[in-house]
Amino acid sequence: MSATSKVLTKPILDNNPIALQILGVCSALAVTTSLQVTLVMCLALTSVTAFSNLFISLIRHHMPSSIRIIIQMTIIASLVILVDQFLQAYAFQISKSLSVFVGLIITNCIVMGRAEAFAMKNPPLISFMDGIGNGLGYSVVLIIVGSLRELFGSGSLLGFQILPTLSSGGWYQPNGLMLLAPSAFFIIGFLIWILRSRRREQVEIREYRLAPHTVEEGII
Amino acid sequence: MEGLVNIVVQSIFIENMALQLFLGMCTFLAVSKKIETALGLGVAVVVVQTITIPANNLIFNYLLREGALAWLGLPDVSLQFLGYLCYIGVIAAMVQILEMFLDKFVPALYNALGVYLPLITVNCAILGGSLFMVERDYTFAQSVAFGFGSGFGWGLAIVALAGIREKLKYSDVPEGLRGLGITFITVGLMSLGFMSLSGISL
Repeated sequence: MSATSKVLTKPILDNNPIALQILGVCSALAVTTSLQVTLVMCLALTSVTAFSNLFISLIRHHMPSSIRIIIQMTIIASLVILVDQFLQAYAFQISKSLSVFVGLIITNCIVMGRAEAFAMKNPPLISFMDGIGNGLGYSVVLIIVGSLRELFGSGSLLGFQILPTLSSGGWYQPNGLMLLAPSAFFIIGFLIWILRSRRREQVEIREYRLAPHTVEEGII
Repeated sequence: MEGLVNIVVQSIFIENMALQLFLGMCTFLAVSKKIETALGLGVAVVVVQTITIPANNLIFNYLLREGALAWLGLPDVSLQFLGYLCYIGVIAAMVQILEMFLDKFVPALYNALGVYLPLITVNCAILGGSLFMVERDYTFAQSVAFGFGSGFGWGLAIVALAGIREKLKYSDVPEGLRGLGITFITVGLMSLGFMSLSGISL
């Protein structure tokens, strides 16, 4: 596999930003109540990560390391302002329902984390690819969570009715919990469980091992 | 006054930053293994949140919002698109100033907070707090109450989670769920618990 495609596909399953690196969890939980909003958020985050990686990598040799965080922050914040203005101009409803979470891409750890861990050490083009790859890894998790929550929470996908709900004369009783905060935590927890039982090497080492039974047969 | 107390109670219990609005999750999950460090981080967040949200409130009301620059003779100018850049700048600067201040005058607290203080700059609970303040159009007094309440709620949640995780490490969790997985499910249950407090108002 060539280096580019490796950088592009690795974050999807092997090194997923949400499930393994614990990066960018906040928005993954908050914007997933409907699939449409989720898709827009994924696009926004992927483009910000890719371009911030590109620009930071371009100027990586000219940055004094003592003020690099401020420079990175400024680049990321300017990119987010662009995305935010674009959404307000062309998709006002969606930008309203994302509310503060577009702004929070600035402090989304994926963007900062990849800038610091990858773009500071690698040439521009491959950093750009790494940004897209991590954006994809993030999007995969978000789209799974988003479609589960919308499908079972309101019986629809992208606004189209899939499971006819009781209130509109069908048979499906919508599960209100799916639209509330706790369900997002449960779904991501179970996703991590599924992923890790497939990929054993991602299982965390236990801190304490239970001692085996020491009571002898004869005593009881 | 009653309104302010209500904002504090509401931002601690009902709209808890961590458990209901999912803000600051990365640090919330990563730094909640021990009660002591969680407590240190919680205190730091309360302090930073109580300072930065009112500061950003002043910047928003007197520099950025539409018509705010009327005193300069520019009544039609709105600098709202610069918001993100200003808020994150204020937060970074405040954290830096606080760090220097603590280092000089309260070294005990400075040592206790250690590496967590600079980490707060990239905690989305802090920036999220400022953005919510702008979105809800709080006055200055309300923003102080909201800053304190939201910081305190976040601190409460992380200390509670650390308490649970300290006990949880002795339990026999299925292999794939160990570590991050079970933490997510624990947080989900905590969030379910906090939901039962919704509806409280003074």
